[in-house]
Amino acid sequence: MASTNFEKFKSDGSLMGNVMEWVDARFPLTANWKAHLSEYYAPKNFNFWYFFGSLALLVLVMQIVTGIFLVMHYKPDASLNANGVPVAFASVEYIMRDVSFGWLIRYMHSTGASAFFVVVYLHMFRAMLYGSYRQPRELLWIFGMFIYLCLMAEAFAGYLLPWGQMSYWGAQVILSLFSAIPLIGNDLATWIRGDYVIGDATLGRMFAFHVIAIPLVLVGLVAAHILALHEVGSNNPDGIEIKKNKDPKTGIPLDGIPFHPYYTVKDIVGVVVFLMFFSIIMFFAPELGGYFLEYNNFIPADPLQTPPHIAPVWYFTPFYSILRAHTVNFFWVDAKLWGVIFMFLGVLVLFFLPWLDRSPVKSIRYKGPIYKAALAIFVVSFLILGYLGMLAPTEGRTIVAQICTILYFLFFFLMPWYTRIDKCKPEPERVTSK
Amino acid sequence: MQAGAGKGHFEMSTNIIKKLLIVVLFAPLAALASNVELKLDRAPNKANDQAALQNGAKLFVNYCLSCHGASYVRYNRLKDIGLTDQQIKDNLMFTADKIGEPMAVAMSRKEAKEAFGAWPPDLSLIARSRAGEFGSGADWLYTYLRGFYRDGSRPTGWNNAVFENVGMPHVLFELQGEQVMEDHKLKLVKPGKLTQQEYDNAVADLVGYLVWMGEPVADTRKRIGIAVLLFLGVLFVFAYLLKREYWKDVH
Repeated sequence: MASTNFEKFKSDGSLMGNVMEWVDARFPLTANWKAHLSEYYAPKNFNFWYFFGSLALLVLVMQIVTGIFLVMHYKPDASLNANGVPVAFASVEYIMRDVSFGWLIRYMHSTGASAFFVVVYLHMFRAMLYGSYRQPRELLWIFGMFIYLCLMAEAFAGYLLPWGQMSYWGAQVILSLFSAIPLIGNDLATWIRGDYVIGDATLGRMFAFHVIAIPLVLVGLVAAHILALHEVGSNNPDGIEIKKNKDPKTGIPLDGIPFHPYYTVKDIVGVVVFLMFFSIIMFFAPELGGYFLEYNNFIPADPLQTPPHIAPVWYFTPFYSILRAHTVNFFWVDAKLWGVIFMFLGVLVLFFLPWLDRSPVKSIRYKGPIYKAALAIFVVSFLILGYLGMLAPTEGRTIVAQICTILYFLFFFLMPWYTRIDKCKPEPERVTSK
Repeated sequence: MQAGAGKGHFEMSTNIIKKLLIVVLFAPLAALASNVELKLDRAPNKANDQAALQNGAKLFVNYCLSCHGASYVRYNRLKDIGLTDQQIKDNLMFTADKIGEPMAVAMSRKEAKEAFGAWPPDLSLIARSRAGEFGSGADWLYTYLRGFYRDGSRPTGWNNAVFENVGMPHVLFELQGEQVMEDHKLKLVKPGKLTQQEYDNAVADLVGYLVWMGEPVADTRKRIGIAVLLFLGVLFVFAYLLKREYWKDVH
């Protein structure tokens, strides 16, 4: 859909016009404006689920801006200060108490981390509802999955920085997973930590990853994600291609409307509503009952005292549950290693969605009862796994987690079969507005 | 006979199936239920009571600060609970020379370790870190500080109903008196300077102060939050009208 054959800007003789003409002769300003905004034609039937892409971009910008201000005062230093507190932990409290509006910036960043995952999970679920990963959007989906991986790495690295008990022991649990790899495991884990335990070396490298390395990759991937989207065009709740019905004269899709101004003004409404929810949490419950900021993380990291219960933050808990659900050694492989393999597989399997889905239609509106039931079971299993991952394991909980783990993977592994035998409804010729 | 027996058998098996179904359906819920319970008393909310917070500050510097620090809180921050620089200097500032210094602990780390076997934790964030599934951090502290009892088997002579085998002795015992544990219930056997009601109030003030120290900006945060939400409410109206205006021509 993106085309760069736009006419160059012609000045009307005003100063502003002259400046524009000068710039446009040297830089594809008009071309990009048109290709990505004013002449990027998006389907006119976007619904509620289509707010989350632009919201993800908003949260990304917010995290970068608040992050810049936090780095001005934060100190990645695990040594103890005169009061016996790790410098890193004390610097976060310094931001919360002594930096003007530091508390606001820090809460924006900590609430933003959770908000990022909320928005991205809903964005991904939208793709599963309407088959947005299907041909020709496979690469768009893969870029998105890489963004999700980056986001997980970013969140993991960032969570270590406050250097609280949960930061420390959460990182200890996750980084020690590498030691489950046969032969090289222990050396690999030591290499990643930079020490035999989580320490100053680990904190320093996680800081570098969190503020430079991963954000650079993340921003690049987001650019690639948007470029790929604008190349193939947006999907819509009907899952049909609007490019099939173009105006014969102008070549503009009949069901398409320019992204700007239509979706920019619509997304502003979405942004305001999102900011309301965001503000309610940030100003009135920034800890959100221990889910966004864990209570144990208000205790400075203590390498000599393991907390009785170590739980990752909520956005990792479904995968943490999958890890813990593996309790049996078989095929001469340790249960822990099976857990690690399936935890990673739980994320990786999403990459293959475009090829696992064999349904003749894209959108859930026209898919049959089997897919609807499968998706519902998948969502419920994912939520239960997430809930269980926050709790200490008991025998009963482990069994529930094992059942949900099986259901989680069956959704993907059986997909090529059940999507083919499902009774689908015929797709409409043109998009519908419900 | 045979038919009847068959019917009875059938009824029995449907019953079993029903019961099994119930078990299967509800087993996950039962499995999720937690089995360890910690009963905490609800701490009164003192966030908007400056006199209570000031009384809490007085108790804190007199009874806590000799062993526990509050190293993220500067003395002049106490102006937020209605005190003046002079009042703070004259009445509360025992461990520092300058009003901008943090409320550091009087005892050295080494002394503390020798006396208690462990370094008494910094209390700046204690109210935030003690929150959990059984109640807020305030509830925990309120119950803990009223839960000390005599126990000759402990090196300090004290034990606690909330925090078993705690290293800390009952520093407020001259106020509360002495309790013993009888049949899992606390009983006051030797009264202190305060009545039970007065002691509960004093602890509530102290806990209120600890909660305030955990996040001195909490009150400002909520006030700004209301203003931000009002602003967003107005912005929503205009954003919505703008969207509706533009979308008039989309059919």
